[in-house]
Amino acid sequence: MTPLLQVKNVAKMYGARIGCTDVNFDLYPGEVMGIVGESGSGKSTLLNSLAGHLPPDRGEVIFDTRTEGPVDTVTMSEPERRMLSRTDWAFVHQHARDGLRMPVSAGGNIGERLMAVGDRHYGSIRERAADWLGRVEISESRIDDRPSAFSGGMQQRLQIARNLVTGPRLVFMDEPTGGLDVSVQARLLDLLRGLVREMGLSAIIVTHDLAVVRLLADRLMVMKDGHVVETGLTDQVLDDPQHAYTQLLVSSVLQV
Amino acid sequence: MNDYNFAYLDEQTKRMIRRAILKGLAVPGYQVPFASREMPMPYGWGTGGVQVSAAALTPDDTLKVIDQGADDTTNAVSIRKFFEKTAGVETTEETEKASVIQTRHRIPEAELTEDQILVYQVPIPEPLRFLEPRETETRKMHALQEYGLMHVKLYEDISQHGAIATAYAYPVKVEGRYVMDPSPIPKFDNPKMEMAAIQLFGAGREQRIYAVPPYTQVVPLDFEDYPFEAGKADHACDLCGAEDSYLDEVILDDAGNRMFVCSDTDYCRSRREAGHSGRLGEEAA
Repeated sequence: MTPLLQVKNVAKMYGARIGCTDVNFDLYPGEVMGIVGESGSGKSTLLNSLAGHLPPDRGEVIFDTRTEGPVDTVTMSEPERRMLSRTDWAFVHQHARDGLRMPVSAGGNIGERLMAVGDRHYGSIRERAADWLGRVEISESRIDDRPSAFSGGMQQRLQIARNLVTGPRLVFMDEPTGGLDVSVQARLLDLLRGLVREMGLSAIIVTHDLAVVRLLADRLMVMKDGHVVETGLTDQVLDDPQHAYTQLLVSSVLQV
Repeated sequence: MNDYNFAYLDEQTKRMIRRAILKGLAVPGYQVPFASREMPMPYGWGTGGVQVSAAALTPDDTLKVIDQGADDTTNAVSIRKFFEKTAGVETTEETEKASVIQTRHRIPEAELTEDQILVYQVPIPEPLRFLEPRETETRKMHALQEYGLMHVKLYEDISQHGAIATAYAYPVKVEGRYVMDPSPIPKFDNPKMEMAAIQLFGAGREQRIYAVPPYTQVVPLDFEDYPFEAGKADHACDLCGAEDSYLDEVILDDAGNRMFVCSDTDYCRSRREAGHSGRLGEEAA
């Protein structure tokens, strides 16, 4: 089977400082990969480099496109990359406000990607927007409300709906549960898990919350100071951490 | 004899503006940046249109200036006087006799010919501006033809008002490529934009010039199930009885009386001179 995403020797420097370096992994279709590490460990830098938001300084990010097979997204032309990022890719920001258009209604937010790829039928756009609101457990009666009238959890779910409406194959998530209280987090994780399984999505989830990766991720990558210090199956890494930093990370989790 | 260079601007500036105009004509709908000059009028009063007119005028031209269709409002009168003084060109109020027409927010009702140039005053040239505030991003969106966002605005209109409520500055796609703001003309005028005359657009504060060459395809954006409709008040002109012209609503008193009159004053006058009369035509005359 061809990996959906192959990451080879990716590095991003901020001047002389290391953002992240020597990152290698393959992601297969339907697989969810977690990236954990403390603040400043290079997780978000890596995610942004992979998603094309930051140009990496070295390395290849090879994506298995629908039409042309595996293509290096770092060297592909900008129009192609932007097309990819609104069809086959999705990016869920930590703050829903970064990923949503706040002055535009919920329906318009979900419909934007559809219109961006050429859908010009109002009725069908609205129907799919309503369908997706239902799938992320937002009442259809809120379709014409602006996201500013939504709670934090609802905004995050709306952002997810807006991203998944075009049926992407790869989702990048940057701390999708950050800033939400625990009961809302639990519901969101439940929803995400359902959607990932149902749609057969591949996902890369960056988080510092080990509980999130325990629930969602198949595989885990632990980062420290821009380097990958440990990789493996999620349960294996969390239950039997090998690297000193991973051991520290796992033992730092507060028990209730 | 006066002390101004012909049409106020110096020759180098006019050359610079003409280069921008030619580039605009070569790439219909593309916003060409230009070094807009200070003009002896405030921004928002037509500094862009005036500069384009100054660059387009020749001593043999006849100039007409309209403001919302009218020849006799402040903006139209003062710009006409400005060019009478600085260029010494002939001016007219009759659409057919003019070779250069500077307009604010209307296209004349009379059909324009290949011998005419229509110059628009543009406040905000970027159709995507209110949806995407970053200039770097909107330029990229134009370059890559990413116009989905424009439809988001129309979607919002329909979801809030049940119909596309944008009534003026209705976005158009020029020759299947660039999405363009036609300046704040009523959408009633949009179908007229596929015309024989050259259309030039000048935005002074925003420093942009763009153009639509004669007989260029100009298509208003819409949805398959909510097609574009050019609307106007459902009345006839109360002075000249015209049923095909764009109308202004005029409140007459505080008892609910109102009248509708052609916004194009020259069109209304010529119809009345030809003997047409509307509901209030006799009283007003």
